[in-house]
Amino acid sequence: MTDLEIVIKEWPRLASGFGNTVLLFGVSSVGAFLLGAHMVGPLRSRSKIVRVALHSYVDGMRMLPFLIFVYLLYYGLPSFGVKLDAWTAGLLGLTIYHCAYVTEILRGAWDQLPTGQTESAQAHGYHGFRLMRRIILPQLVLNSAPVLGNQLIYILKDTSFLMIITVQDLTYAASSIQSMYFVPLEPFLIAMALYWAISLLIERLVRVVQGTAKVRGLGRA
Amino acid sequence: MAAPEEIPILQVDDISKSFDGVEVVSNVSLKIHSGETISILGPSGSGKSTLLRCINWLEKPDRGDVYLTGKRVGRKEDGQLMSDIELASIRAQMGMVFQNFNLWPHFTVLQNVMECPVHVLGMSKDDAVLRAEQLLEKVGLKAKRDAYPYSLSGGQKQRVAIARALAMVPTVLLFDEPTSALDPELVGEVLSVMRDLSAEGMTMVVVTHEMSFAREVCQEVVFMDDGQVVEQSTPDKFFSNPQTERAKRFLTRYE
Repeated sequence: MTDLEIVIKEWPRLASGFGNTVLLFGVSSVGAFLLGAHMVGPLRSRSKIVRVALHSYVDGMRMLPFLIFVYLLYYGLPSFGVKLDAWTAGLLGLTIYHCAYVTEILRGAWDQLPTGQTESAQAHGYHGFRLMRRIILPQLVLNSAPVLGNQLIYILKDTSFLMIITVQDLTYAASSIQSMYFVPLEPFLIAMALYWAISLLIERLVRVVQGTAKVRGLGRA
Repeated sequence: MAAPEEIPILQVDDISKSFDGVEVVSNVSLKIHSGETISILGPSGSGKSTLLRCINWLEKPDRGDVYLTGKRVGRKEDGQLMSDIELASIRAQMGMVFQNFNLWPHFTVLQNVMECPVHVLGMSKDDAVLRAEQLLEKVGLKAKRDAYPYSLSGGQKQRVAIARALAMVPTVLLFDEPTSALDPELVGEVLSVMRDLSAEGMTMVVVTHEMSFAREVCQEVVFMDDGQVVEQSTPDKFFSNPQTERAKRFLTRYE
């Protein structure tokens, strides 16, 4: 069997790993975004305790390497009596970790938004999360599409760390084919191409959002 | 015997507001009755805009009270601060038009006008579209319904902003220097819409530098300087025979 034939024979393994990677990426991206959208408002809360707590979380996560964070969730938490399975730890880890970045991106975009946007919404009877959802958040997304897209690519790539805690993602699949058959190159090249394909889709999405922003005179950063 | 006074649409009671220890509005009181248009005049930095922003509590007054048709704004009967929800519902009854328009750029013109009726008042989308179209017709911009604010001139933006405020069927409309950010040739189209509204009996408080508007449209002129109301009279009296040195000096600059 040539190396390529081996990879073709083991294709189901790669496909299932790819499926898992897409699932991990999709769920944690949506989770990180929704959570971030809810955190960016309280980041400017009147309560100092809330502000300090949220800033500590955002800064704390950003100072921590992702791999160590996932290690702590999966191997560290059991010492405190909390035992998570690999998937739960992986999804939680990705979501919580990248939510900090998403929150920071949205915060930065909000700082650039004219205060008149919030004031005119308040003057017309908006408050709380509805103001955020209808008036602020769409503008933050339109204005920061390239940076958010960049973050999505980071989330995608960080899924590959999860093989360390036994999640059977695409990198895990490639790595196991490699170790079973001693084919060092092909499985990883294919994995690389698949990561690349998703990244291209993300880029495409960013373009679409940028186009939407452009006709509205937004997103000219 | 005087008839019992009707409840004013808007009553400002001894309002004061400081920023960083500097009092920007000092003990201002006003009453605006139904159908009246009053203008607030004064040099830059005289506290006009801050006063207006205190009326709908975009700025929280340090002292004093605002009443909208007899109902206290910002504070409950017992003096406790209103919750955000209560404040939002009372603000929804006051329209506000800003110097910089503050239209929402991600929505089309039509969406800007129907946004609040649908999402604040809970009106059905079909009804909101109908009303928004009527209002856009009124301000002469029905043809622009699907345009984004980005593509409009300043005068058009401000007319959309007026339609947006009217869509909430406000009890009173607050204008914060609505023509100050406009090119001179675009001022007229906005003032003409405001004139029509005033003639239709809309209750309006207008902070402005447009002396002709104050003189021709308003029932009352309030002149502010250094955060205080210096003169308050009919436009006729104020423009032909100002009582104070400060008002005279101010008016000579606009001759």
